[in-house]
Amino acid sequence: MNGTERHEGRLRVGRRFFRRPTGRFVLFSIAASVLLAACTTDIPQNSLDPASPQARDIDNLWWLVFWIAVVVFVLVEVALVVAIVRFRRRRRGPEREVRQVHGNLRMEIMWTILPVVVLAVIAVPTVKTIFDLREAPTPEENALVVNVIGHQWWWEFEYPELGFSTAQEMYIPAGRSIYLNITSADVIHSFWTPRLHGKRDAVPGRVNNLTYFADEPGDYLGQCAEFCGLAHADMRHMVRAVSAGDFEVWAAKHASLPEIPEEGAVASGWETFNIICVACHVIGDVGPGVDLTVPVADRLPGGSGDYVLAPNLSYFAEREKFGGWTFENDTAHLQAWLADPSDLKPMTPELNDLEEGRVLGMPNFGLSPEDISNLTALLQSLE
Amino acid sequence: MATLTPQAPSPASTAAPGRGGIWEWITTTDHKKIGILYGFSSILFFVVGGVEALFIRLQLAVPNGEILSADAYNQMFTMHATTMVFLVVMPIASAFANYFLPLQLGARDVAFPRLNAFSYWLYLAGALFLTVSFFVGGGADGGWFGYAPLSTQVTEVVRMDYWSLGLQVLGVASIASSVNFITTVLTMRAPGMTLMRMPVFSWMVFIISFLLLFSLPMVTVGLIQVFLDRNIGTLFFDAANGGDPVLWQHLFWLFGHPEVYVLILPAMGIVSEVLPTFARKPLFGRSFVIFSGIAIGFMGFGVWAHHMFTSGLGPVAEAAFALTTMFIAVPTGVKIFNWLGTIWGGSLELNTPMLFSLGFIFLFVIGGLSGVTHSIVPADSQQHDSYYVVAHFHYVLFGGAIFGIFSGIYYWFPKVFGKLLNERIGKVNFWLMFIGMNLTFAPMHVLGLNGMPRRTYRYAEGLGLDVWNLVATIGSLVLALGIAVFLYNGWRTFRKGEVAGPDPWDARTLEWTTSSPPPEHNFDRIPVVHHEDDFWHQKYTTDEEGRAVAIPADLRPVVAEGPDEDIHLPSPSYHPALAGLGIFVMLLGLVYVPWGLIAVGVGGIGFLWGMFGWSLEPLVRGDH
Repeated sequence: MNGTERHEGRLRVGRRFFRRPTGRFVLFSIAASVLLAACTTDIPQNSLDPASPQARDIDNLWWLVFWIAVVVFVLVEVALVVAIVRFRRRRRGPEREVRQVHGNLRMEIMWTILPVVVLAVIAVPTVKTIFDLREAPTPEENALVVNVIGHQWWWEFEYPELGFSTAQEMYIPAGRSIYLNITSADVIHSFWTPRLHGKRDAVPGRVNNLTYFADEPGDYLGQCAEFCGLAHADMRHMVRAVSAGDFEVWAAKHASLPEIPEEGAVASGWETFNIICVACHVIGDVGPGVDLTVPVADRLPGGSGDYVLAPNLSYFAEREKFGGWTFENDTAHLQAWLADPSDLKPMTPELNDLEEGRVLGMPNFGLSPEDISNLTALLQSLE
Repeated sequence: MATLTPQAPSPASTAAPGRGGIWEWITTTDHKKIGILYGFSSILFFVVGGVEALFIRLQLAVPNGEILSADAYNQMFTMHATTMVFLVVMPIASAFANYFLPLQLGARDVAFPRLNAFSYWLYLAGALFLTVSFFVGGGADGGWFGYAPLSTQVTEVVRMDYWSLGLQVLGVASIASSVNFITTVLTMRAPGMTLMRMPVFSWMVFIISFLLLFSLPMVTVGLIQVFLDRNIGTLFFDAANGGDPVLWQHLFWLFGHPEVYVLILPAMGIVSEVLPTFARKPLFGRSFVIFSGIAIGFMGFGVWAHHMFTSGLGPVAEAAFALTTMFIAVPTGVKIFNWLGTIWGGSLELNTPMLFSLGFIFLFVIGGLSGVTHSIVPADSQQHDSYYVVAHFHYVLFGGAIFGIFSGIYYWFPKVFGKLLNERIGKVNFWLMFIGMNLTFAPMHVLGLNGMPRRTYRYAEGLGLDVWNLVATIGSLVLALGIAVFLYNGWRTFRKGEVAGPDPWDARTLEWTTSSPPPEHNFDRIPVVHHEDDFWHQKYTTDEEGRAVAIPADLRPVVAEGPDEDIHLPSPSYHPALAGLGIFVMLLGLVYVPWGLIAVGVGGIGFLWGMFGWSLEPLVRGDH
């Protein structure tokens, strides 16, 4: 084989290979689009299925970077595969010694500068979006303030302007800015509702902020994203965006006290609640108590105000799930929970230290079947 | 005066292998034996960490998995990461560095042979200490990153004491070996081996030694604070009392990010050795590869806060760290392009070490690109702590570091043990790992973007996560099979491997001028170096086109060598091992204060005995 023949042979191999990657690129693009598009349907925590202006900003930025990355990926990997195929040794032996090339300054400069240019293209919208997303709503936007407080292992939602708090499910009016004050009562958590916004850590002693804005009424699932101990996986939440009118109705309900019947199973459950559960839980104005006029960070351990030890149970029956939005809110699950909470959800109540403000789960109080049935009746009556 | 290649085994080396026995390994100060100890220990822990990973994948194969409890799962992922980072990838880089740094530099040992032994025993003490935890109430369960105040929350459970003390000791071991490697590079290079002629692998070891030296003290401070918060009631990370949980994150990631480069740079060094050998071309843009490594080292200290983009640093800091993080991609890209330049126009022998190096490039590109997407802070606020990140760093650390390490194992095994790993089994090994790796980790990109957070022991049905989790689990089984094939290959080779000879790959650097395995004193005469890739220049010259021309063996130039001096080798010593054992006992005691103080005392005596004996014993064994 003389030099020219070899050269042509290489070219032919090269051509075949340049044709294939082109086809592969198209195939890959289609496959990637189909795959990612397919992912956007019916996946409740899909970050690529934005439902708010904030999540959409993030999504747009992501796709810009994704496609740039795809181009770089294809170019580099095709170059690699072409090099491997074209320059692989076909026979053993030293007779095909190659030229000992040590480098090429011009190429070095080129492939240093080119990535810098590409990165600069990405950097500009990135920095802009960072600052945009950090802007607090203006007074004209009339944002609703919600305090989001992480606990091991559930989320507390406080509406300081409306004077009540709830847990597991965060109701918000769609089409209105929501300004979140995010903090934690114990360890670091991270509040994440992928379809509405990126995550933000809930750090004890600090208040971090996010602005939510749900385009449409709908349910947006989320969960804690910073490892926070034993039941981290079971620390979920549901954001329920409802119409402004529905939100008014809902808020009015929560601002008033639930009515407890004077007799029957519910009344017996209420008695038990007032003996046992009240140490940590709140229903209406009964509970350990929390002063909503104290700023949220001050209400944490060591702060000046009281703090919440366990989920507020007022209007518990409206919740679809409980226990970190993990278990169906039905009779079977409620009774199982009351019989032995740690059997349903991994918790370590034996390590609780209420004076230190350390609550690592609800203890098993050894409730009688009658107590369990009465408490279940009480909880189910709180609609 | 003999020519350099190949060196006939000297009487000293033929005498050495016969004197086996465990005492010899405990007292050894030979950098090659210590390298082998590091190597076998890390392979052992690689299997342990791999089993932990399989438990994780089996648990997540289907929604609401019930193979592990939440408690067991948290131990598994914490110890999987801790094991793989501190007990596998770091020490296996140490294994290569120990064995090959002196050989590549043309030295007879590292600068401080007994400190070297001490580093190993300290590493082993820390590794066993972390593992002991499993048998006395459970392994560490606060994540390998041990975020305060979770890591300081429940002081009654001692798991995180084991974790903080264990990492502390591993850190001391790494600092000791960093000092050793830096001194070795600066003072023990053969005549003519200028820094720029130093092989790229040695360069990368040199760089990571500085990274470790400067980054470990920061996490050392943090780990002491965690231990004190847990045990004597200091309040460094207690927000309620004016402490700051985010302080821990800064301290940890100021170490943790340079650490990432500590894990990857040695693999990049290996690839930079393997590609030229099997492409039969010198490394393209050698000085650029070296300087980009240095650049990565420097920039690696300026990007730590990208691990904290969701902590609430404020937009200015976020923008600043976004930019530094983006631009660290530039030197990384330079390396990749230079590797492509190396194989372009070469004559590639696609054997197992080469396949692993090429696989490294292929997979590292993916990990590098997904890394750039993390610098897009708003996008990172979605990806952070999701499986997307898990996918990213496994492409970098498995597809990158581990593939590089496997390339190194296949490449250098014949030098260390004198036998070639089987090629056909090696290729099966490679393809199983390559396919398994992609099956396992590629789906995790999708899982993360679809909202699956990391470190969750179960996920609900109906989240659209089922299919890809199952695929990932199947992939992990393929991966495990690949590792099993590798272990079989190693075992088989020890029994009936093909004898390698001193230079089986027709390689380019000084370690291949010695016999396989090299004699105890490495070189009969210290070589004198005239070129980069000096050994290649002894075997080849170039014609006017720049093509390599082999020099017939009898015409090879007689290389001027160092003086025929006496060979001084460090004497064996049990003191480093004793000091390491003493520290192990002290650690155990520290967990169980106050009663454990007795053990602290006993261990302290052992440690001091080791230290005094070490400083008082004679330095050198009799001359050869």
